Amino acid sequence: MDILANLTQGFAVALTPTTLLLAVGGCFLGTVIGSLPGLGPSNGVAILIPLAFSLGLDATQALVLMTAVYYGAMYGGRISSILLNIPGDEPALMTTLDGYPMARQGRAADALVLSGVASFVGAFLATIGLMLMAPLLARVAYLFGPAEYFALYLLAFCTLGGLTSRNQAKAAFAAALGLAIAMIGLDNQTGIPRLTFGAIHLMDGVDFLVAIVGLFAVAEVFIFIEGHGRGSAIGTSLGRLTIPVRDIVTSFGAMLRATAIGFVAGILPGAGASLGSFLAYMGEKAVARHDKETFGTGNPRGVAAPEAGNNAAAGGALVPMLTLGVPGSGTTAVLLALLLTLDITPGPLLFDERPEVVWGLIAALLISNFVLLIMNVPMVRLFVRILSVPPWLLLPGITMISFSGIYSLSGSGFDLILMIIFGILGYVLRKLDVPTVPIILGILLGNNMEDSLRRAMVISDGDWTYLFSSGIAVGLWLAAIAGFVAPLFLRSFLKRPGKAAD
Amino acid sequence: MRGDRVFGLVVTFAALGYIVSAAQIRVGFLSDPVGSRTFPYMIGGVGLLCGLAMVLRPDPDPEWPGPPALVRIAVTLVVLVAFAVTLRPVGFLLPAALASAILAWLIRPDLARAALAGVGLSLGLFGVLKYGLGLGLAPFGRVLTG
Repeated sequence: MDILANLTQGFAVALTPTTLLLAVGGCFLGTVIGSLPGLGPSNGVAILIPLAFSLGLDATQALVLMTAVYYGAMYGGRISSILLNIPGDEPALMTTLDGYPMARQGRAADALVLSGVASFVGAFLATIGLMLMAPLLARVAYLFGPAEYFALYLLAFCTLGGLTSRNQAKAAFAAALGLAIAMIGLDNQTGIPRLTFGAIHLMDGVDFLVAIVGLFAVAEVFIFIEGHGRGSAIGTSLGRLTIPVRDIVTSFGAMLRATAIGFVAGILPGAGASLGSFLAYMGEKAVARHDKETFGTGNPRGVAAPEAGNNAAAGGALVPMLTLGVPGSGTTAVLLALLLTLDITPGPLLFDERPEVVWGLIAALLISNFVLLIMNVPMVRLFVRILSVPPWLLLPGITMISFSGIYSLSGSGFDLILMIIFGILGYVLRKLDVPTVPIILGILLGNNMEDSLRRAMVISDGDWTYLFSSGIAVGLWLAAIAGFVAPLFLRSFLKRPGKAAD
Repeated sequence: MRGDRVFGLVVTFAALGYIVSAAQIRVGFLSDPVGSRTFPYMIGGVGLLCGLAMVLRPDPDPEWPGPPALVRIAVTLVVLVAFAVTLRPVGFLLPAALASAILAWLIRPDLARAALAGVGLSLGLFGVLKYGLGLGLAPFGRVLTG
């Protein structure tokens, strides 16, 4: 009954008025961010991190706020998918397939309520899963030495690149670019500056928050300006809000299946919520017997499955992030940046040394789910109204917030210019279909990856075969190779709609 | 096709440049078996392979922006850089108002709305960020206050 005792301790942390307020505020902000087209969870969390620092929150509180935003954005993404046929974020893409047809048939309110309940089922069960799985994985993580960690980082890059991009060379390049940027600055082991070209500004490396906000938020500004305000919100009427009891009952099995699929997809390093919702939808379509042809025309199960799947993946992605320090998705990569900036090193030790952080977070996530259920079912009207904020007001606003946030961190114009450079880079890369999430991962994990390689070589005195000396390491290497190569062959089967980078 | 070929070449040369720069990293006399240069060499090598792969097997070209969109993007870039450079010496309010108004105008060419966005966002966000979140923003910089 370890877990119950830990959870009690967690609730003691989470139920303080400040933490509770942060969770509720985070849920609200997150749902708004998720529902606005073009502002996904990773964007939203990235923009808000600098602001969270200025509030002077402690580690647990900052983490609770940001994960509440993360969960909220996952819930909110479905709103514009259903009403406008524009996914509010990448994982919500699959929800447009049946959600928008349902809205066209005058059942928008039903679709919103159903998907809200599905999100709750997925996210709630995944949080329970996180609670049970994370301590187990943390125990396994004790078996990890530097050789295993090196292979694990490699696995994260390979699966992230292999699964989320259509071109392996571009995905691998993105990872290499991130790693290359991470090398700039003082060498961890010797203290000698590397690749700084004598610039003092570069001595302590490139701040990953600058890169993240540039690659995500500023690049989005350029994309938006180019597209000339595509997808501006249009007036939508909701009709009466009732609970579609029949739909919820008939699609409950779909929600449970989707949750299981999504949770597993989330745990895989680098796969993330887009894959979770995709697999959940395809799985549900595959097991459907008498109504297979109604998928894509407004089948309630086609709404429930991807929503349960992507919210479950959101919870699952937290498992490797907390236990191994290897994020399971783009947004958890941004959350990892938050942890590192707060001076918290995720990994197995986190569970022993800072239990109040881990269990406070888990308790706060459980609370957040109920808050989100209330916000997204009875109060969904409020967010539908927010959707009608015009882009000419929204976009400059986001730009000013991103700039002020980064400026408040360092007070230097140099970082802002660097952020704009990352923004242009992100724009060009997105045009060329190069994924940007591996770059972030590379910047975040680059130094750890090099350290684990060098430590492994110190242990073995330069013998390279040490990297393959344990069963775990060999397994991770094989999984990494499979994760990178397999999509080359599976691509013709798995025609993915759109690119995925949650 | 062409986009990827050009980009692949840029990546290839950048990777070569990276390897050359890595070769210039000073190495202390007491170093571990791997040293400071090996990992950057490996990264440069991966980058080089990726660049060549993009040159040899390019994807279809994306839809590049036409001239009007390019002009809009260029203007945006100038506005953002100007905002970044002036934020410290001039303070938040004026640059934010101008930048917001221009961005709003680029999205919807309507002077009244642009002016509203500029004034509204500049004052509103300053209030929220400075007094709500306690960010260290100055309303007017030393250029204006003397």
